[in-house]
Amino acid sequence: MKASRRAVLVLPIATAALPAAAAEEDVATAERAILAGRTPVATGIAFEMPPLSENGNSVDVAVRVDSPMTAADHVRAIHILSEKNPVPRVASFTLTPRAGRAEVATRIRLATSQQIIVLAETSAGQVHRAMREVIVVLGACVETG
Amino acid sequence: MANPIIARITLPERARRGEIITIRVLVRHPMERAIDAPGLTPLPRKILHTMRVTYAGEEVVRADLSQGITANPYIEFTTVAVDNGPIVFEWDEDGGTTYRREARLVVT
Repeated sequence: MKASRRAVLVLPIATAALPAAAAEEDVATAERAILAGRTPVATGIAFEMPPLSENGNSVDVAVRVDSPMTAADHVRAIHILSEKNPVPRVASFTLTPRAGRAEVATRIRLATSQQIIVLAETSAGQVHRAMREVIVVLGACVETG
Repeated sequence: MANPIIARITLPERARRGEIITIRVLVRHPMERAIDAPGLTPLPRKILHTMRVTYAGEEVVRADLSQGITANPYIEFTTVAVDNGPIVFEWDEDGGTTYRREARLVVT
């Protein structure tokens, strides 16, 4: 009887700790889903993002992948993943040789300071990976109270 | 299919055939991300979840977006100037609405 009551007391703490752990698992899951068993190489991506961002509501991100962008050898997709956002896959760009260069830029929302991962899939099936840390002073998530 | 949308599409007026040009697209859209926090009435997610760009009948780029993209989404990409054919931009919004815009490029 005593033991079960203790178990119940522990429960709220355990569940409160869950969301953070779940978010980190999610980015790993999202990355595994894209990699599909392939091992990424840590070269070939120029990834620009300010190291410190005052406003998490808008962070400039620019990605350039070295690629001839020919029919035989081009970058098929560029993915931007966030470690601690509620949704780990921020954006996925599907490119064709008609893009000319494997180059995209956008503005993203960031909940908090975290790592941003960029994955680039080539038509040959190779995956390039780059990771950068960003410090966010004011996160994009709404906090009340 | 032909719903209007406020989008600022920036690209050069003219380009030589084979030249790689940069296209910048800024759309006015709140990208409502369904925040559920105490004291807020949760709104359903309503974002532009896809942008497709077709040029001379072929897809150039497709962007699959999440609520992690800013309000008034900005997207920059490149394309090879092939002909005068319209560059078609299409956005899909949550709820099934599709928006469409076209831009022209003079290729010499």
